[in-house]
Amino acid sequence: MRANPAEYELVAPRTLPAVLSLMAQEPGEWLPIAGGTDVMVQYSAGSLRARKLVSIWNLPELRRIEIFGDEVQIGAGSTYADLQKNEPIGREFRLLSIAATWTGGIANQNRGTIGGNIVNASPAADSLPALLVYEVDLILVSVRGERRVPYHGFHVDYRKTQLAADELIRAVCLKRRFSEYYAHARKVGARNAQAISKVCLSALGRMHDGVVQDIRLAMGSVAAVPMRLAKTESVIKGRAIDASLVESARTAAANEIRPIDDIRSTARYRAAVAGNLVTEFLQKLSGAGTA
Amino acid sequence: MRELLGHRAKYELNLTVNGQPVGVQVFPMERLLDVLRRELQLTGAKEGCGEGECGSCSVLMNGELVNSCLIPALQANGAVIVTIEGLANDGRLTALQEAFLDCGGAQCGICTPGMLLAARHLLCKNPKPSLEDVREGLSGNLCRCTGYVQIFEAVLEAARREAMP
Repeated sequence: MRANPAEYELVAPRTLPAVLSLMAQEPGEWLPIAGGTDVMVQYSAGSLRARKLVSIWNLPELRRIEIFGDEVQIGAGSTYADLQKNEPIGREFRLLSIAATWTGGIANQNRGTIGGNIVNASPAADSLPALLVYEVDLILVSVRGERRVPYHGFHVDYRKTQLAADELIRAVCLKRRFSEYYAHARKVGARNAQAISKVCLSALGRMHDGVVQDIRLAMGSVAAVPMRLAKTESVIKGRAIDASLVESARTAAANEIRPIDDIRSTARYRAAVAGNLVTEFLQKLSGAGTA
Repeated sequence: MRELLGHRAKYELNLTVNGQPVGVQVFPMERLLDVLRRELQLTGAKEGCGEGECGSCSVLMNGELVNSCLIPALQANGAVIVTIEGLANDGRLTALQEAFLDCGGAQCGICTPGMLLAARHLLCKNPKPSLEDVREGLSGNLCRCTGYVQIFEAVLEAARREAMP
């Protein structure tokens, strides 16, 4: 049933400290809303459980993209449009800017935020595999202070995160050490824009002396959380790319992922696609050498 | 300046809509789409899916294309909004609107207001779009009548006409 706006409270503090102190006063009572591309969908459908919402849209403290030496820090309130427009991200973290163009259409890219996408914790989110391969850290903030955690492990189970009831993500931190890697991203879905992926891949690789010196693979929609394919990577790492390696990698990927049947696809189809995406990446990496 | 803005009761939402300042009493979680259609009688923006998938509720908010079904009223406070009703000047259609008519870019009309605003947003950011740019720029707006080809042609035609001195 359609939500009745009279039953909901929404406040918009003007600063990040004011938001945090509100969340600390009644932990778990206040649902943060940024661009609303997920929260408002639940609200309109009448399935939003929270009755008190606190707006964090356009808070200046959350919408900066800054470079500190060897690190880029993306404010969690940066939109997908902000990510696409940012030159250092386009140059050094191409997987993230590609995923930003896949997320929704233009209107949703103007509102949807990277922090919102992480906290919404959909296993199908297109940008989250990119964060896994870049091994980003998250800066979490509350009135108790800040803590820095690796993004890997942040999603503890389906739609469950390490975020405490009074915490927000402040920033996503990317180490600037991937510009020499070959980067490849692929989304398989019913339609490019506005369609949630059946399977998506973010991958980085680096060749040296004819062997795979380093490889990073992460996929969306193949498990309860966005997944780094560590076992498949260990099968590939240190080896030359030939037909037998490709076959072993396909098998490893199919064994490692935990896909399900849902409205968008089947586990069987997803496993086949996952193998194909790994194959495609290895073929491209082999052709690309170290560039 | 109040530190906290908004509450559960109705409050005065101030907007500039199609160049006119307006103030209306609304609940903070009222959707911008409902404020436009019900409070301001601007029924050009349509509700299609109500979940940000179809783009028929598209408006420009501070120059950015947004789905008005996903904007809580409080987040629009102080914003400059352009709806389809604000596109024409003094009753004269813009080159973009004329191009939609000339190319058959409008059929049943449900998607048309959103298509026009998405196209306006695109042409403001990129006055000389390629076909691929147009497809990308309108990718969040669904049409079930035209098959999109006439709409893409209309946007490219509008870009040509707007480039003429």
